[in-house]
Amino acid sequence: MAQTITKRGPVSGTAVTRSARKRKPFLLDLYGTAVGKKYAMAITGIGLIGFVVFHMIGNLKMYMGASDLNHYAHFLEKLLYPILPEKAMLWILRAGLIAMLLLHLHAAYSLTVLNRRARPVKYQSERDYQVASFASRSMRLTGIVVLLFVIWHLLDLTFGAGSINSYTGSKDAEGLKDVYGSVVFSLERVPVAIFYVLANIMLGTHLFHGVWSLFQSLGWNNPKFNKWRTGAATGIATLVVVGNVSFPIAVLAGIVG
Amino acid sequence: MSNHLKNLKLKIWRQDGPNTSGRFEDYIIDEISDEASFLEMLDVLNERLISDNKLPVVFDHDCREGICGTCSLMINGQAHGPERRTATCQLHMRKFKSGDEIVIEPWRASAFPIIKDLMVDRSAFDRIIESGGFITAPTGGAPDANLIPIPKPVADAAMDSAECIGCGACVAACPNGAANLFTAAKINHLNVLPQGQAERYKRVEAMVETMDEYFGSCTNHGECEAACPKEISIDVIALMNKDYRKSKVKNRKELSRG
Repeated sequence: MAQTITKRGPVSGTAVTRSARKRKPFLLDLYGTAVGKKYAMAITGIGLIGFVVFHMIGNLKMYMGASDLNHYAHFLEKLLYPILPEKAMLWILRAGLIAMLLLHLHAAYSLTVLNRRARPVKYQSERDYQVASFASRSMRLTGIVVLLFVIWHLLDLTFGAGSINSYTGSKDAEGLKDVYGSVVFSLERVPVAIFYVLANIMLGTHLFHGVWSLFQSLGWNNPKFNKWRTGAATGIATLVVVGNVSFPIAVLAGIVG
Repeated sequence: MSNHLKNLKLKIWRQDGPNTSGRFEDYIIDEISDEASFLEMLDVLNERLISDNKLPVVFDHDCREGICGTCSLMINGQAHGPERRTATCQLHMRKFKSGDEIVIEPWRASAFPIIKDLMVDRSAFDRIIESGGFITAPTGGAPDANLIPIPKPVADAAMDSAECIGCGACVAACPNGAANLFTAAKINHLNVLPQGQAERYKRVEAMVETMDEYFGSCTNHGECEAACPKEISIDVIALMNKDYRKSKVKNRKELSRG
């Protein structure tokens, strides 16, 4: 159990004279510390939460029928058309999401490494946690499950990889991509529907801690609205989970399809 | 009237030195007053070990009235034991029952290497304080009280942070071994007061970055706040994060002026 401090920090008291790390560009410099990485986690988190909420609201169109949902999907593909070529705006948005996801993953990974190094020898007796919630303790697990789910979900309903969803890509009567048909095709398979439900509960758990946590990480702390933070976290997580879980249930119950 | 606890089973971490491997050893306390403090209970054990010609259990302690921050101990998986808002020295045996098994471990973090048994080296905290946890003030005669007017709520906020005794329970309790609560309390204590303004932003930057060299990162579990013998709120961590962001911008601007 060798544990000795090998590295002594510089005793300066004057941040403004520590020039070695100052040469980095501002954002890289900020990202260099754990607090800065938490800013990155929080900001990319906000972007991804925005997407998840928007995605859920968009999907509610399926309750208005096949034509509405397919037209909505078509609209997304033609965003800013004809200023930009068809699908160009869609791919710009997707590139933004992918960039945010990668940054979120990188920050999470490097913070995990840092945290493991901060306690190389674990407590040898059982810890008795007082307030850490299941959500906060399982961020890594829920995050990884959500990531795997996203990959599956893209193969299933966006790109329609042959064996996963052979229907994706088919056209409806109006000649539009039949998104509605793909959703029904996919979610009529009971194991897939169960996977969607479980993955979304994991997503909700991740969002619950994530939303609460981002206020702290971004330094948004104000006695006047602090009591709203848990409410915001519960609200957003519930909204997303209830919306998303309703789709497989609606398909299996025959409400959609 | 005081009652007595009987037959306590202690499982205590014994480790001969910083670079040796340790192990739990079992001890029995046959009888102890429920008015004894936890450390007095260990004193009783040590007296017995010494009279048996064995090495006593090494543990940190000093004032034994909850203000010096020297005592530590992970007791049954909780930093400073089961009593809230209390350091180990003010934890009393009445919190336990006869026949209880009590597991005692040192703080564990790479920045807090074990010196012997239950004693750890917390000088990483000193490195953080050295980097910015002070103000520059002219020495000389003591200034008049209330020379600098400070609104009462501000003084109270500073005092809430200044309560930190630097015991390290926040690091010990944090699943990530982060020292954000300690560092934030020390920063906030000076940053909210007029006397702390001159060095405000270089303080935040230096202290946060020194902290970064030794400790893990905050994932907002809130375990530190629950373990803190002074119940310092994790709100101070948010304030530190905010000031850190500002300091990065402001210090750069100051530098480019040079």
